[in-house]
Order: sequence, then C-alpha cells, then structure tokens
Amino acid sequence: MDATILGAAVINGLLLGGSYALVAVGLTLIYGVLHIINFAHGSMLMLAMYGVYFLLVKAQVDPYAAIPLMVVVMYAAGYGMYRALIGRFSHGKDENILLITLGLSIVLENIALFFFTGDSRNITVSYSDRMIELGPSLVPLPKLVSFGASLLLCAALAWFIARTDTGRAIRAVAKERHGARLVGIDVEKILAVSYGIGIACLGAAACLLVPMFYVAPTVGHLFVIVAFTIVVLGGMGSFLGALVGALLIGLTESLSGLFLGEALGQIGISLIFILILLFRPTGLFGGGR
Amino acid sequence: MLEVEGLSKIYGGLRAVDRASLRVAEGAIAGLIGPNGAGKTTLFAAITGFALPDEGRVRFAGVDITGRAPHRICAQGMVRTFQITQPFAQLSVRENIMVGAYLHTPDRDEAAARAEAVARQVGMAALLDRTAAGLTVAGRKRLELARALATRPKLLLLDEVMAGLNPSEIDEIIPVIRGIRDAGVTVFLIEHVMRAVMSLAENVHVLSYGKIIAEGAPRVLAADPVVIEAYLGHGAAQRLAGAAHA
Amino acid sequence: MSAWRVPVALLAVALAYPLVFRTNFAINFGVLVLFFAVIGQAWNIAGGFAGQLSFGHAVFFGTGAYCSTILHVKLGINPWLGLWASAAAGALVGAFIAALSFRFGLKGSYFALITLAFAEAFRILTNAVEFTGGGLGLLIPLKRSAANFQFPERIGFYYTILALAALSIAIALWLKRSRFGARLAAIRENEDAARALGIDTFREKVKIMALSGALCAAGGTFYAQYFLYIDPVVVFGADKSVEMLLVSMIGGTGTVYGPLIGAFLLTLVGEGTRALTNAQGLSLIIYGGLLIVIIAFLPNGLIDLFKLRWGRRRA
Repeated sequence: MDATILGAAVINGLLLGGSYALVAVGLTLIYGVLHIINFAHGSMLMLAMYGVYFLLVKAQVDPYAAIPLMVVVMYAAGYGMYRALIGRFSHGKDENILLITLGLSIVLENIALFFFTGDSRNITVSYSDRMIELGPSLVPLPKLVSFGASLLLCAALAWFIARTDTGRAIRAVAKERHGARLVGIDVEKILAVSYGIGIACLGAAACLLVPMFYVAPTVGHLFVIVAFTIVVLGGMGSFLGALVGALLIGLTESLSGLFLGEALGQIGISLIFILILLFRPTGLFGGGR
Repeated sequence: MLEVEGLSKIYGGLRAVDRASLRVAEGAIAGLIGPNGAGKTTLFAAITGFALPDEGRVRFAGVDITGRAPHRICAQGMVRTFQITQPFAQLSVRENIMVGAYLHTPDRDEAAARAEAVARQVGMAALLDRTAAGLTVAGRKRLELARALATRPKLLLLDEVMAGLNPSEIDEIIPVIRGIRDAGVTVFLIEHVMRAVMSLAENVHVLSYGKIIAEGAPRVLAADPVVIEAYLGHGAAQRLAGAAHA
Repeated sequence: MSAWRVPVALLAVALAYPLVFRTNFAINFGVLVLFFAVIGQAWNIAGGFAGQLSFGHAVFFGTGAYCSTILHVKLGINPWLGLWASAAAGALVGAFIAALSFRFGLKGSYFALITLAFAEAFRILTNAVEFTGGGLGLLIPLKRSAANFQFPERIGFYYTILALAALSIAIALWLKRSRFGARLAAIRENEDAARALGIDTFREKVKIMALSGALCAAGGTFYAQYFLYIDPVVVFGADKSVEMLLVSMIGGTGTVYGPLIGAFLLTLVGEGTRALTNAQGLSLIIYGGLLIVIIAFLPNGLIDLFKLRWGRRRA
C-alpha cells in the first residue's frame, strides 16, 4: 500500500469524522439529559439543510453567514417541539418519547418529500471547489472549515455546560431529575432548553454541510445511524466522547473503504456498533450504565 | 435446610457482606435483623443467586447452590420476595400469581386454581381481578408473598414484607406468615418491625457492617449490649443501662 | 367457546372476502392488509408480548426474502420448500442475535440499537456481495403456476397470505393463554421478579426472538414471490423495520388483533392517498401523524376504541 494513499485516507477520514461530530454532538447532549434516543435528529438536520439551501437560492445568503440565524431558528424549533409535543404527550414514559420522535421523523421526512420531491439538490458557492494542500493530499476548503467548526462547537458546548448557570441546571437535571425539581429548578423548561440546544447544533451543522453535500429528504439517514454509533461509542452524554468517537468512525469508514472497497467498507461502522454495544455499552468516555 | 458459610460480597473494595455464616433449620421461622445498610438485602441476593458471591458457600437442602442462577434456585425450592415490591404492573393479581404457579405445571387451569388457593391463603381472594398497578402498599406486599408461595417453595425468603404497613395491616399479616410455616414452608425473613420479629421468629441473626454479630432467641438478643450498640451506636448500651438505673 | 367467536368470525369474513370483491384492486388490498398483519404480528410477539423492542426486524424479513430467492434462483429449489428454509433461517438469525445480545445483558434501547445495527450490517453485506445480486437485487424469473408459488390469479396469493395471517393470530392467541405467553408477559413487566419466580429469562427471550424471526422471514418469502423482485434497501432497510413497529404500535402492541387493525389502517391510508394524488409521502405523513396522536391520546393503540365501544373484556 502506498503511504501517500494511506495518508490521504487518514486525512479524509478525520475530516469526515469532523462532519459526523457536528451531528453527533447535539444527539449526545439530548441523550445525556433526556435519556432518550432522538429519532427526529436526522430529519431535523434535513430540514435545516433545506433552510440553508433556500436561504442561498432565494435570498442569496451565504451558508456560513447564515449560521447565527439558523442556530436561533433551530433552537426555537427544538424548544417549541419539545414543549408542544414531546414533553406534553409522552406521559412521562421514555418509550413514548422515542416513538413520538420516530413519528416526527416520519412526518417531517415525508413533508419534505411531498413539497420538495425526492430530487437531490446541489449548490455551488465561490469556495465550493477551492482546494487546500494538506500534506500528501488536496482537501476541499469546506471540509476543512467544517472540521475546525466541529472542534469549536464541541468546545463551546462543553464550556456552556460547565460554566453557565443554565449549563449547571442542565447538568443537575441530567444527573438527578427529582432532586433538581426539589431545589427549585424548572425541570420541564430545562429539558426543553436542552432539546432546543441539541437541535440548534444541527442549525450550525447544516450551514457547514450544505456547501459540500447534496440536500434531499432522506439525507438525514446518511448521518443518523452513524451518529447513533458515535454517541454510543463515545459514551452517551459526553462531548469529548462524541468528538473522539466521530473521528474514529470517520477513520474507520475511510480506511475500511480503502481496504474493503466502497460498498463493503460501510460494514466497518455496523460492526463497531455491534461490538461496542456488546462489550462496552457505556462507551469510551461514559460512566456507569 | 439452609447453610451459609463464610459468604462475602464485595462491591468496589467494600465488603457489603463479610464472611457471613448462618443456618436456618427446616420448619423454622428465622429472622435476619440489623441496622439500615448492614447488608441484609445483599446477603439475600447472594443466597438466591441475584448477586454472585465473592467468597463462601451456600448449601440448600444438602446441595451446594453457590453461584447458581436465580431461576434454578427457585426451581429447587428457595424463593425470595423483594423489599421494593416488583409487581407485574399491567397484569391482574390472578395473572401475577399464576406466573409463580406455572413453575410446576404447564396447565392453565391448574395454575389458575393454584393462584386462587394461594390468594385465599394470603387474604387477597377479593382482589384477584384487580390490576397489580392499582394495589395499595399492603396489597403489593401480599402479592409478593402470594407469587412466591405459588411456586411451592420449601424455603421462603421474605425481604421486609411489613415495611410501609400500618399497625393493623401488620397484625393481619403476622398470622398469615405463621400459617405459611405451619403448612410446611420454612421462613427466613428480614424485618425492621421488631414486634413482628419478636412474635414470629424463634431464632434471629443480627447483621452489622456485613458481619453476623449475634444469633439467638429474639428476647435474649433484645437485651444483648452488642446488638443494642450495633443499632444505636457505640456506648449506647451503657447509656441505656445508666438511664434505667437513674 | 365464546373465546373462539371473534377469530372464527374474522376467518369467515376473510375467506369470503375475495369471493365477494373480485376486482384486482380489492384482492390486492386484502393481500397487503394480511401481509402487513403477518409482519406486524411477528414484531408484536417479541416487542409487544415479551417487551423486547426492536428497531431492526427487517433483518429477519430480509433474511427470509433472500433465503428462498437465492435457493430458487441459484439452486432451482422450489419456493414452497424455500418458505420453510426461510422460516428456519429467520429463527436461526433471531436466536443468534438474541443469544448474543442477552448473554451480554443488553436491554431496552441498547437491544433496539443492536437489532438496528444487525439489519444495517445485513443490508450492507447483501449490497456488496456479488452472490446476492449486490445493489441491483434479485429478479425472480416469471413462471406463473401455483406449484411455483407464482399464482396465475391473485386470489391464490390471497389465500396463501391468509393462511400465514391466521397462523400468526393463532400464535398470538396461544401466547395469551399459555405458560410460555405468561412468562413472556412477566419478563416484559419485570425481569428481576420473573427470574425470582423461576423463569429462565434468557431462554424464553431467545425462544420468542426465534419464533418472531421465523414468522417475519416467512413474510419475507411471501413478499419476494408476490413482487418477484427484492433488493437490499427494500427488504433490509430501516423503513421495513419501522413499518412493522408502526403497524403493531398503532393497532395496539401486546394485543392479539392490534397488528391486524394497524395493517388495515396502513393499507387504507396508503392506497387511499395513492388514489388521490401522485405526490409521494402523503400516506406516511398521515401515518406518522397518527402515531403521534395515538401515543398522545390512546396510549394502548387503536384497539382501545373497540374496547370503549364494547366494554373492556378480559383477554
């Protein structure tokens, strides 16, 4: 095997992992606080990507410039969805939350299919094809930007959870919901805020993904099973875990693609997922179950 | 009937049960008492296969059952109840008890008949068609007892079946437990309600910090300074004695 | 004998249906309802009766579809024999996944995720390997005859899937009345208590996953023979897993007739919207919305409506 090809695959894998981290970090936050798997994650990402797409096509807003707007809009959407549907109708059962998010994902995806058709759409911005030389390989600029942004996003979230009052309340609710209620925290509100933040991350992710990816109603599928794998691998609820997990998964996908071929290469992720569930379901950075 | 020898259960360096040894004679009602956190429930779990012991042996009816799975231990005739009641919430009382009765018969009618008989025995015949989730605390405690009885045990391990009951409910359940023993089932119970222990148990083991510190008839133990100190703290026996003299 | 009134009446209606409604549309509608009822019930006996929630039941469906099709296309084995081979393969895969997961103590969402992971692994594998036709899938050569499991008339398919549906409901009825079913209910409600009462929870869970896998795989073979074409995304994809779960959830999980009710509604909405519009997605919008509404207002599924209407009967 040529060292250059291997090096290029490694770089490619890490960059891919950066994109995955953008999606996984919000999912791990939601899991860490609400203890549920958010099945609507992929379809919320898809909606955000359509948002970014239409902002560019209809209003000429550059995807990167749309980040603040998309973060705010997606936060509001997540917060509202939790308040109006998930929190209200789950009757306090985790199983129901899971099914409601599943129902939401089916509805959202098919609304997109209904209105936007199944066609995939691409955009081009001036920097879409700009290549940067990185060691042995040429790397598209948007990939590099999204990689850097995913590091920033993880750091920002970790800081927010550790240092702000809201962050402390979130941690309290995540650890001991009942106790948090006793000390006067509005638990329902904190749960909605956490869900909102998790979805807000998707707003940023969408802005960073659209310049290098197509948009289609099923685009969420590409990310969501991978994101589940990352969240479990990193330890549900751990930001550092999500980042490291995402990079590992990106590397796995790239390297198994190199050695096993494109089609069979994807099986690496499923196998890792199965093995981690069996042998270390708390993940690399998780505490006790 | 039950022989425990040098049993230990260690959780992260802490000896929750520390080389405990005890015997329960066939046909007896034996008690296990001790302060909160002494390791009583852990000892029960280690005996019944819910926790794998780190040291020691458990022999039941002459057979070494150390480390066997709970369902196999139950099939051999030793069954436990849970301190925090674990009903099959969405099932009716009848269906709950039938699960136990099915251990020895695959036949639905036979299991149903057994469930009704057991329900009468523990005084919940009127509640057979209620959903378990709708029972009061006293009802749930009786259901634990009934389900366990339905498996036709030789030895019944009861983990605080009286906790959370009011005095009149306790008065009702004491003769039920005595009746179970009189029907030929050996009973070993963890209990905090001293009145019940005094009136039921012939022989009591005292557990403190995972160790068996005393054993004997309940009246004798109640006056034992070692036991009093285990419950009330170091020097308590002396202070109590002093107070009695003054 | 009153316990038999409902199933006997249902069976009589189902037997008479294609003799009364003879159009291709009507018979196709009946086939789809019964088909979804079979795979929904397969999910239901594991997810509903035993509480082992799965997000990857497509792994069994696809195993069945590919097993009989490969035997037929590559080795020339009759698909009626293939049906049995599929059921055996489904049982084997079910027992394997269950034994592996439960030996390692996986529960709840962890179990749901590992079934999803297995379905994905199978999808990728069939997609990548030449032997299974890769991403193009497998085409079953047209040779219409009943002996070849390719009925010249749709009514043949109808009665075949009716037999499978009747079998699936018989299994559910048996579970409601048998020791095995009582043990599964105990495991669903409280696994520790079940173990304390002498139930070998590992063995019972492996058994029900094998049974569920077998039934689901039989549904997969039927699908392959009815449409004469399969590919990895269609039979192993997450959409199939979700369909089974939805049929059961919407009708009423853990009930005997829930999957049938859910299947009827799914088909009604699906065929109804197709008649109204060519746009894709509308039926699933309604269906997903229905799922949310049902969880919000009828947590036990649509079957609760029937109970309200006729008073609550003991199962």
